[in-house]
Amino acid sequence: MAAPIARGAATSSLETGMVVKKAVSIVAPLALRIIAECPVTKARACDLKLPHCTVSTPVFMPVGTQGTMKGITVDQLDDLGCQICLGNTYHLGMRPGPELIEKANGLHGFMNWKRNLLTDSGGFQMVSLVELSEVTEEGVKFKSPYDGKEILLSPEQSIAIQNSLGSDIMMQLDDVVSSTVTGPRVEEATWRSIRWLDRCIAANKNPDRQNLFAIIQGGLNAELRKACLDEMTKRDVPGFAIGGLSGGEEKDDFWRMVTLSTDHLPREKPRYLMGVGYAVDLVVCVALGCDMFDCVFPTRTARFGSALVPWGSLTITKKQFAKDLQAIDPDCQCPTCRRHSRAYLHALFKSDTAAMHHITIHNISYQLTLMRSMRQSIIDGRFPDFVRTFMKRMFPSPEQYPGWAVDALGTVNITLN
Amino acid sequence: MKLELSMVVQGCRLGVLTGLGRAGQHSLEVPGCLLYTRCGTVPHLTQDTLHTLNNLPSVTQLTLNTLAEHQEVLEEFKEGVRKFAGLHDTVLYCSLHDPATSCPPGHITNKTVSVWGSGGRIELTVAKFMALQKAVQPDLYQSMADGETWQINTSRKRVRKSVDRTLAHLDECLLLHHKTQELSGVEVLGVVEGGDVLEERVRSARETAKRPVGGFCLDGLHTAAMETHLRTQLITAIIKELPEDKPRLLQGVGRPDEVLACVEAGVDLFESFFPFQVTERGCALTFPFNITTDPEAAGTGVQVPPTVVELDKHEAAIGQKNGTDNPQEDQTKMTPFEINLKDNRFVSICVCASWCMHVCLCPSHSILRCVCVCVCVCVCVCVCVCVCVCVCVCVCVCVCVPVSSVCACVSLWVCVTLCSPGTERTSVPWWRGVAATAAGTTRGRTYTTFW
Repeated sequence: MAAPIARGAATSSLETGMVVKKAVSIVAPLALRIIAECPVTKARACDLKLPHCTVSTPVFMPVGTQGTMKGITVDQLDDLGCQICLGNTYHLGMRPGPELIEKANGLHGFMNWKRNLLTDSGGFQMVSLVELSEVTEEGVKFKSPYDGKEILLSPEQSIAIQNSLGSDIMMQLDDVVSSTVTGPRVEEATWRSIRWLDRCIAANKNPDRQNLFAIIQGGLNAELRKACLDEMTKRDVPGFAIGGLSGGEEKDDFWRMVTLSTDHLPREKPRYLMGVGYAVDLVVCVALGCDMFDCVFPTRTARFGSALVPWGSLTITKKQFAKDLQAIDPDCQCPTCRRHSRAYLHALFKSDTAAMHHITIHNISYQLTLMRSMRQSIIDGRFPDFVRTFMKRMFPSPEQYPGWAVDALGTVNITLN
Repeated sequence: MKLELSMVVQGCRLGVLTGLGRAGQHSLEVPGCLLYTRCGTVPHLTQDTLHTLNNLPSVTQLTLNTLAEHQEVLEEFKEGVRKFAGLHDTVLYCSLHDPATSCPPGHITNKTVSVWGSGGRIELTVAKFMALQKAVQPDLYQSMADGETWQINTSRKRVRKSVDRTLAHLDECLLLHHKTQELSGVEVLGVVEGGDVLEERVRSARETAKRPVGGFCLDGLHTAAMETHLRTQLITAIIKELPEDKPRLLQGVGRPDEVLACVEAGVDLFESFFPFQVTERGCALTFPFNITTDPEAAGTGVQVPPTVVELDKHEAAIGQKNGTDNPQEDQTKMTPFEINLKDNRFVSICVCASWCMHVCLCPSHSILRCVCVCVCVCVCVCVCVCVCVCVCVCVCVCVCVPVSSVCACVSLWVCVTLCSPGTERTSVPWWRGVAATAAGTTRGRTYTTFW
């Protein structure tokens, strides 16, 4: 069932009395086609049609923060089969800045990437990277680390930058609060994010070619999250992200919020779970109904010499690999594993950065292959078996399966013993 | 390995080096260069990225300093660096040192030389050197040599020693070479030393030419060791002693102008570490190398870009010299053949908003009774032209209210600021220049305002 592509004008109002009118859009820049749904779990395999190409979901989106995937070229990313990756509004907005990127034909032109791009709002970086001066209704005031100036990032400004970047999917500016915070601040942030969503929708100059996603908040509070879901799903946005998680909270709380969110998000719109990248988390959250994921983990850990494999990870810089002549993963088909051994990469790490690039390529390939396998197993109707096989390979014995994963999979009818 | 020369024009040799590699199937055009690698990889590039480039040199240069620490692994592996590094269809040349890294002096002895790996210094006797070659399995390599003659004031005695030691090492290497099964069919290059002493250079060349080597390596003539004129003089003298049918590889010279001068002096092969050095300082090579065949229009035939002073006023302002008249200078500074990608001129327009505050002193009244402070806001548009100057104009009005009267002054600021290269955005110009002001008051006094 495709997403509705033509709608009459819809209005919605908030407690502040703001009225938001959604204009008629005849051809939306996003269409989700559900190819297969797992009859046992909440997993689904879809084709997500975006302006630059169609993306197969479930999908993992590598993060290319400053308009580049560190250490690899766009051609290499293309060859790995990546259909969508992330750029970062905060970093690119600071340097080189939206004016220059607009002149370069948007972020696609600037980095010469022909497939899809998703940009986040800059909200998360503001909290995680800089001294937070003040969050007001207006926006977030902070001090730029590049030149020390005071900057205000408002919903309008974030959308303006993202409009200049020209990404296929843009994220709303949300009031980001760490998932470990409790109390009234979380509630304030949730309601403010809803108001900011409306301002973002109004500020979007290119609704015909850029998709604005809402980000569901509510922290770890089930009622609050439910309220946020109820409100945000009233807005006619092309997709929803599940936010406010993946920030250090207990995994037991994490998965409960994920499954609550997917229970109340519309079936015919994509669900993007932000900041999730560990293999186990990906598998469980696909079972819980998520379609899209992003995380810096695989690319960042590569630069520290850590290669991801179906049975965990290998730290190539360790002495034990100095004479190990196998590929990182003998079954992997990535360019690194087809040509190089662990021993060579171990040696190369001491001399040149190319070693990091080799591992980056392998890790991205690993993530994309994992998602592709999941998708195929959903289409073939054997997703629960896939999950069981995956867990057996990843953990030496059932006693070592993470408790939260067992619980979470249990709620979608997969028993792991 | 065979050198087939098709032409020799004014000292420049043109030809092809054929029969390279174990099966003799590779060739390398002369003048030519080797592909610079570290631990068997071109710096920063994976094989796939590397092979998007055309016309890569058919001979890859390996350096012992990035391989020596892996001797044990290579010996267990038994199949040489070619297979270990996943290098397929290429010829391997193994040099002792890395041309882009300098070695701390003072560690050479009569029997040993040292290389520096990631874990520190590794001392090599000829036996160990040859054991390494056996493990690396190159197609050609330079013999062990003492080239530490580049320091200023190297004594004549030291230079003589370097020649003697190098010849002794060569003889020992050749002996061991012929006893080593794994090195059969592999060529050895004899190394010509001699510092900056003409007689020693001639002696070294003559003696080395007597040995059964496949070619010659010219050492101790690199860019930091001496200036161009002396280098070409010495090379010319060396060449006279060398047979014509064997190739000559010059180590440590990579700048385009120097390469050309050395080709004219009779050198065949060069190392290609220069692009790597340019990359490391964040620059990109952009020199034209068109050749005009019209004799009327040709000068030297090759365009060399304008001097540094025109291209980069900032560096010139600091007084750095560029060019080869001061060879011992730091190798990391820019040459005329490149552009600095961090330079702000590649960001076309910056808009900055800033504020300034100044204090006006009114001399017509007692200083104690009249000091006014005014704040003005100015918006400036900075356009970075080739000298990276921002011109900002702001107007501010200040009103002084002394005890007995009111005076007003209007001052006009013209501030000149310099954008320092390397800053990402010149969005906050910092005020270095002080402007002249004109002011008028109700009482016809002039005021000096300053920042």
